[in-house]
This record gives sequence, structure tokens and C-alpha cells, in this order.
Amino acid sequence: MAGKTLYDKLWDDHLVMSRDDGSALLYIDRQLLHEVTSPQAFEGLRIAGRQPWRISANLATPDHNVPTTVDEREVGIEGIVDPVSKIQVQTLDDNCSEFGITQYAMKDIRQGIVHVVGPEQGATLPGMTVVCGDSHTATHGAFGALAHGIGTSEVEHVLASQCLVAKKMKNMRVRVDGTLGHGVTAKDIVLAVIGKIGTAGGTGCAIEFAGTAIEALSMEGRMTICNMAIEAGARVGLVAVDNTTIEYVKGRPFAPEGVEWEAAVNYWHTLHSDVDAIFDYEVILNACDIQPQVTWGTSPEMVAPVGSVVPDPEAEDDATKAEGIRRALQYMGLEAGQLLTSIKLDRVFIGSCTNSRIEDLRAAAVVVKGRKVADTIKQAMVVPGSGLVKQQAEKEGLDKIFVEAGLEWREPGCSMCLAMNADKLGEGEHCASTSNRNFEGRQGFGGRTHLVSPAMAAAAAVAGYFVDVRDLVKDKQEERA
Amino acid sequence: MKAFTVHKGLVAPLDRANVDTDMIIPKQFLKSIKRTGFGKNLFDELRYTDAGEADQDCSGRPLNNDFVLNQPRYKGVSVLLARQNFGCGSSREHAPWALDDFGFRCVIAPSFADIFFNNCFKNGLLPIVFSEEQVDELFVACEGEEGYSLTIDLKRQVVVKPDGSELAFEIDSFRKECLVNGLDEIGLTLRESGAIKTFEDKHQQRFPWLFKELNA
Ligand code: SF4
Repeated sequence: MAGKTLYDKLWDDHLVMSRDDGSALLYIDRQLLHEVTSPQAFEGLRIAGRQPWRISANLATPDHNVPTTVDEREVGIEGIVDPVSKIQVQTLDDNCSEFGITQYAMKDIRQGIVHVVGPEQGATLPGMTVVCGDSHTATHGAFGALAHGIGTSEVEHVLASQCLVAKKMKNMRVRVDGTLGHGVTAKDIVLAVIGKIGTAGGTGCAIEFAGTAIEALSMEGRMTICNMAIEAGARVGLVAVDNTTIEYVKGRPFAPEGVEWEAAVNYWHTLHSDVDAIFDYEVILNACDIQPQVTWGTSPEMVAPVGSVVPDPEAEDDATKAEGIRRALQYMGLEAGQLLTSIKLDRVFIGSCTNSRIEDLRAAAVVVKGRKVADTIKQAMVVPGSGLVKQQAEKEGLDKIFVEAGLEWREPGCSMCLAMNADKLGEGEHCASTSNRNFEGRQGFGGRTHLVSPAMAAAAAVAGYFVDVRDLVKDKQEERA
Repeated sequence: MKAFTVHKGLVAPLDRANVDTDMIIPKQFLKSIKRTGFGKNLFDELRYTDAGEADQDCSGRPLNNDFVLNQPRYKGVSVLLARQNFGCGSSREHAPWALDDFGFRCVIAPSFADIFFNNCFKNGLLPIVFSEEQVDELFVACEGEEGYSLTIDLKRQVVVKPDGSELAFEIDSFRKECLVNGLDEIGLTLRESGAIKTFEDKHQQRFPWLFKELNA
């Protein structure tokens, strides 16, 4: 018999029962909750007179529409100007108190984007099943955890039964071998992968990211990659557990200790695909071919290396694709054949669950250090992923580097990633963004999003248009400084 | 949940591939803490020519007359004909809520995004997958004939065309049972409480560290 993939192992270890129709009940170890997708789930519980199955499996924090300015934050929930945002954050607060669920509320230093907070606290551990009412829950797969983004009905279902009704997905492996070039990051890997397989390329699959280039990444880089598995159509992204994973988890507040730690580590070391495991699909990329990426369109697959040009719909044979390109260029206000480096930017956003961890901020700081944001940029902002990331960055003086360069240093939250709070693009404005979605209107009505790595966003802030960050940060020495 | 057995309804063609959930219901409307009332903002950016805001009265907003659902002939529509990868993007369940609230009971497309597809069943909305060719034919038929309606017979798993011919579709038996009986999925799962508890006890013995209290 062929060996098991990592996904097979995680699935088997959480299988409560299989049903005749091929669906299964999967036991859920951790549910993360935020203010946008949970109110209706709690409403449902209350209407049906149900209680949460296991309170301690849940952890909540508001993130999607908390304000990110100090003024609004200082007052607490009362200080939120937008009335609807206020109701949502307040409702999360009320529900957590009513049901006794642990919450890192708005003024808690541990508050932040759920996908940053879970791993940071050790609330996400290898071998777990993790769910959250947010499609970027795939992020947690970086720990060798089976993490699903779910809908609100499922949030309610997991609250009530600690189980998810799931169907086994197919196994896909994306191997990235070789060494990344200088100035090229995890974000560029994942954008290149999406560019290659398309936004539906991983539909119905759990994607395991493997290969020497993935193994060489830090946990933060792996999280960036798994985060965007959903942009490749896959609900689940995974990376095998190795010493990098275990080192990261060690000593986190909710990580096991003592004998339990030993037992856990022994188990965690089994969380990788067997050598003879069979994947339904395999895609292979060479790390040294990957260059800094920039999206030019309205879908993450509309991406190209920074040195290239905006594609020509006339050159596309597939009529549907050609029409998609035409529509995207019109929305984005771009011309076919135009150099990506000729795209002038209005705003820069460094943040989101894709790229708001300490390493991301360091990478951006290196680029802007001693430089100034271009005059033509209306706004450049840095939004740390959590209160603890913010604290760490300030300890390292990164905030000063940003502020001196002319970037705004904000309070933690989702912010301009989805423009649910006041942070958003104006109509027609181009934004270099480290987030994960460039759909029409994602960052504000008529806003034009270009997805890039933190280093590329920082370089764009300084230049006022896209530039190859490798030209700005010439050698590794400077990158580390 | 509303039971779904046989439904006859007017069909509207949305001729656009990769319609994402941001397009179905833009994020500024997600702030409600209720499950209803999203219909007026369904396809907001396509439907209106101004930028919509939450809690706004939509009755006086300027309509985009080119948008299919604004055309008088599609008034009262309940079956949406769509293109590939419908419902991609964010996992928001507000997408099926909005479609449902607008009056849709069924979406027909050559393919759907996973999460959206799942979310439909949980909300009494039936997504049906037909081949590209079948969907193409339906587009032609529907655009060519005012008042074009289809009858969806879920029990028999067929879509009946106006001329009486039928197209069979696949649906997994569990989902069908839930839809046909309007069964709530949580209630179904909780019938297995004993098995869940037994699993949980074993799981805890094997992985005690997963049961640490989070109340630090
Ligand atoms: S940062 Fe963006 S993608 Fe991530 S959870 Fe928040 S809104 Fe979603």
C-alpha cells in the first residue's frame, strides 16, 4: 500500500465517522472567531437553544473592522466611529462574555488579525484541525495543521458539535526546489505559483507546499504561502513539520510543556508525507526562476515578474481569458504592453494576514531605511498584524524607520486589506499592497490593487512607482542590516 | 430551513466567468449581525451606478440599466444561470444569503468555487453543475425567449425545460436529503453526540496538549 500524505494523516487522526455519501465528521481542535462571521452563528445557537460543545476550543479577537488609528483605539469600542463596525465588535464582546469564550479584546496587547494571533499564541499547533470563518485560515497549515476556512453556518456547526462536515479533498503537491534569489520572498513564490496554476488550479485539493525552497523558509514565510493557497482555489495549504516549526512553537503561551512537550514533539515529527505517498497532482517550480512579482489585474493569477509588461488580450488564444484580460485592463486603467515599472502609485499598504508579521515589517524597513516616501504617494501605511508584533517592531525601532521615511505606523487589524474600516482606496487609485486579493473594489470602490511582497511595496513607496527591489537593496549585507 | 422539492422559476443569464463573492455582495454590506436583508445589495456594484453604503435605502439609487437583473423581463427571477467558477473568492456566507434574500432558489453553472458551493446547501439554495455545452445552450435559450422558465425537480434530479425535455444533474445523497426535508445540519450531526464524545475522549488521551484551557 502506498504511504500517506500529510493531509491523509491529519484527516485520519480527526475522523469521527465517515458517512455513506462520502462526507465525514471531522473533529475540530481549535476554532478562531472574529467579529464579522460569528454574530449570526451565535444568533443561530441562541435561536436553537444550543450551547457550545467545548468552550476551551475557541479563541476570539476582533480584527476585520477595528479602527487602526491611535485616537479611535484609545477609547475602546465606544471610540469606533463607524456605527456598524461598533455593533459588530460589541456583539463579539457580548457573545464571548455570554458564552465564556476567551477573547483578546480591542485593547488587549494580544489582539490582532486572527491568523497572526493564533500561531503567535501557540493556539495553533502542529497536528491540529483549525477552523475559522475566514478563507485565509489556510495560513495555519504552515504548521502542519489541517486548517479550513468555513462559512458562518459551519462556525455555528462547530460551536455546537465540535465537528465539521467535510469531504476528503484530493492531494496536490507544489514543489519549489532550489534557492531563492536575493530580494525574492515567500510572497513572490506563492504569487508565481498562482500565476502558474491559476485561481482555480487547486480547487478541490489540499495543497502541500514542499521542496528545498519551502524547507528553507521561516515559519512566517510558510504562513505567507499557505495563506494564499485559497487564492489558488484550495481551501487547505500545508507544509510538513520540521525543526523550524517546532522551534517556532516552543515556549508560546499555549504550547505544551514538560512531558507533554516531549510527547507532542514525537508526534509532530511524524507529520510529513511518506516518501511513497501518492499525490493526485504535482506542480514543480524552480526557486531560482522566480523573480519579484507584481499583479497587474483583478485576480491574483494576473501576475508577472516586475521586469515584464502588461499582457495583450489580443495575444491570448482563449476567448474567455482574453475577455478577462480586457476587462481587467479597463478596470485597472492600464495599457497592454505597458511596463509594470511604469505604473504610478497613489497608496501603499503594508499589512494583512499575508504579510504583517515581524519579518515582513523588517523586510520593508530595510528598504525604506534612510529613504523617503515619494512626494507623489498620497499615503503609505504599515499596519502590524497584532499588538505583539507592533510591540516587537517598536522594540527594534522599526516604527521610527517607517515614520522617518514618511509612512504611517498604525494599530493592528485587517485595515486596508478589505477596507471594512476607514482605511480604503479612492476611486481609480493604484495601491501597492502586501495583502492577498486584488478583486475589483476589494480595497475600496474603484480602487486598483497590485499585490506584492513587503520589500516590493516598500520599494514602490520610495520610488512612487513599481521598481525591482533588487536594484534598491543591492546585496544581502544591506538586506540584513 | 426551507424545504426544496420542486421549483419552477424564471431564469436570468449572468454572462460572466469567475463571479466572485465580493461581486455577489460587496464587503461594505457584511457588517450586519443578522442573516437577512442582503438582497437589496446583491451584485451592488453591477446593479447600481453609484457606490453603495451599508444601511442605505436603495429605492432611489441610480440603476445600471445594462445589468441583466435590472431588465424588466427578469423581474421575479429565481433561477440564476452563470458561468464557470461562480462564487470564487472570500468565504462569506452572505453571498448565498444575498442570493436567497433576493429570491433565488437555484444557480446553474459549469463550475462553482468550493466554499460557495457548500454554503449554498446550508441555506436552502441549490447549485447545479452542467457541462459547458449544456450551460451554453441554456444561455442561448434563455436570452432568446422572454419569460424562459425552468422546473427543477430535486427529488428526480432533473431540470425540466419548457419543451418538456429534461437534463439530469448530480447531487450527493446527503445534501439532497437535507434540502428535500429542509433539515438543519447541526441537528443531524448532534444525533451522533455519543460517537463524538467517544472520539473526543480517545483524542484527549492521545493528544492531551490539545485540551489545554485557553484562559491564560
Ligand atoms: S487581513 Fe485581509 S485577508 Fe486577512 S483576515 Fe483580515 S481581511 Fe481577511
